[in-house]
Amino acid sequence: MFYRDAGQYKSSYAADRAVFPLREDRIGLAVILLVAFVAIPLFAGDFVIKTVMMPFLVFSLAAIGLNILTGYTGLISLGTAGFMGVGAYACYKLTTYFPGVNIIVWILASGFFSAAVGVLFGLPSLRIKGFYLAVATLAAQFFLQWCFIRIPWLYNYNTSGAIEVPTRTLFGVPITGATAAIEVRYLILLSAVVLMTWLASNLVHGRFGRMWMAVRDMDIAAELMGIRLLHTKLLAFAVSSFYAGVAGALLVFIWLGGAEAGDVFAIRQSFLILFMIIIGGLGSLVGSFMGAAFISALPTILKFGLPAMGIPIAGATAEHLNFMVIGALIIFFLIVEPHGLARLWQIAKQKLRIWPFPY
Amino acid sequence: MRAPDTPVIVKGEALLAVENVSLRFGGVKALTDVSFDIRKGEVRAIIGPNGAGKTSMLNCINGFYHPSEGRITFKGETRRRMRPFEAARGGIGRTFQNVALFKGMTTLDNIMAGRFLKMRSGFFWQLLRYGPAMREEVEHRRFVEDIIDFLQIQHIRKTPVGKLPYGLQKRVELGRALAMEPELLLLDEPMAGMNLEEKEDMSRFILDVNQQYGTTIALIEHDMGVVMDLSDRVVVLEYGRKIADGTPEEVKRDQRVIDAYLGVAH
Ligand SMILES: Nc1ncnc2c1ncn2[C@@H]1O[C@H](COP(=O)(O)OP(=O)(O)O)[C@@H](O)[C@H]1O
Ligand SMILES: [Mg+2]
Repeated sequence: MFYRDAGQYKSSYAADRAVFPLREDRIGLAVILLVAFVAIPLFAGDFVIKTVMMPFLVFSLAAIGLNILTGYTGLISLGTAGFMGVGAYACYKLTTYFPGVNIIVWILASGFFSAAVGVLFGLPSLRIKGFYLAVATLAAQFFLQWCFIRIPWLYNYNTSGAIEVPTRTLFGVPITGATAAIEVRYLILLSAVVLMTWLASNLVHGRFGRMWMAVRDMDIAAELMGIRLLHTKLLAFAVSSFYAGVAGALLVFIWLGGAEAGDVFAIRQSFLILFMIIIGGLGSLVGSFMGAAFISALPTILKFGLPAMGIPIAGATAEHLNFMVIGALIIFFLIVEPHGLARLWQIAKQKLRIWPFPY
Repeated sequence: MRAPDTPVIVKGEALLAVENVSLRFGGVKALTDVSFDIRKGEVRAIIGPNGAGKTSMLNCINGFYHPSEGRITFKGETRRRMRPFEAARGGIGRTFQNVALFKGMTTLDNIMAGRFLKMRSGFFWQLLRYGPAMREEVEHRRFVEDIIDFLQIQHIRKTPVGKLPYGLQKRVELGRALAMEPELLLLDEPMAGMNLEEKEDMSRFILDVNQQYGTTIALIEHDMGVVMDLSDRVVVLEYGRKIADGTPEEVKRDQRVIDAYLGVAH
């Protein structure tokens, strides 16, 4: 009973509860961060940063948000894009009224608005589950989408009917608007995503994560542990929508720099983010990144990658192919591997660890 | 509706008192006018044929069901409609007849989840996983490791419980209930579907919990040998009514019990 030795267990349990107990994993993470923070801004062109990296990061964050709700807590939502929109419009109004406050503060603060809206629409989740909850969140999606188009106050009565991102600076360097360099915007986005991923990872590995998963796996037993179902579900809605809201604000202000709301915050986007977590892995943060990478990169690969490899493909065909691949994969993962790409990656790592022996 | 006034059970050491409890599901009377008490520190068996209302009784005690009539007093406090999380806060732990574990979580996380009420660090520290949050995590992990040792399930610490065989799942579920450090532990057929060796292990765990930690236990069990060995007092239900109550020897000699229960093979 080694852990009974005084002084021993503190360090060993803390280390055991660490998110990445394996040294190889920590090295891998360091390499990824180095590439993301240094190599990509230096060597990747504007096109790759804007069309590959930035959507990947924005949607990873949104997927983490949805995964907290759906993967960890077991509550399905089709309103993710709507909650993202709330973040984007909240940020727009905040920076309009208080232009002096740094835009990064407002991007993060906008998450509180989407969290509040998420909690409101999450209230029915105490009574309803599964299909019915999906329909309730779908109603939220349509209602919010309607607001984005029909309430001109939200987009400051712009004739374009969309958010027009003003120029805002950080230490004198423009970080939003037409004059902001793409590398700067990328680094801001990357920092936000890394920070929020770290926080999410802390949450899901602690008592709140266990609370969410307990409710997901067996709600009656969870109640017997003293867990209050309504609090737990609403907290999941709040945190999940916070992430969606920040992702939405980042999408408009940092990535696209102005967006037609009806488009980026439409129901289609909600479904795509749901597909990301199904393909990437329900209940896995790494899976959120994998799913986002896959679904956000696939259209680009099909549209530009295949022709570059000498396979001629028309734009419309590429789009159809895109849907077919995603559809097939979703069916595959739902039936064969509900834990998605993240699980396949885990299995591969396990195999690698004992290689060359089969087991 | 209030039950007609009945003499309050006057035993100072009663931890839980069930008085004239009736429970109906539409036309089905699951429980009819059942009264008994559970004293501090004892192992109290609840036996009876299938469908006698034993599980329903436990569900009333921890707030899943609300009796249509009668009242339940726990630690001197009578609650009209207690909800399950309030029962947990009050110190009632429970295992289920059909294992109700958190299937996607590991053994360790299942038992850690049982520490939920003991953990206090706030959202901010949890976000940072630092300071009080980390201290708490380590401190409760130590407690959970003691339980894991006690139940001899070290080897499945990191296994998702959905993949474990039934006998081990029952053991993990006991561990999760123990992690709550309950004053009253309700065990619903903890040995159902086990082989002899597993039953012996489980019996030993139950006795150890009772004797080492002084936990009061309400035990539903079909195996009469186990019941006779483990329990201090036995209450017998049949068709939702109490037909006998006493020490194992008294109950064993009771003609109604012999007719209703012991004569029938289970
Ligand atoms: N939720 C419920 N709805 C309807 N009937 C129930 C419910 N729970 C229990 N019953 C009925 O109550 C009776 C007692 O069941 P139960 O308490 O499970 O018996 P035991 O645990 O002694 O086998 C049975 O007739 C059962 O059908
Ligand atoms: Mg039963």
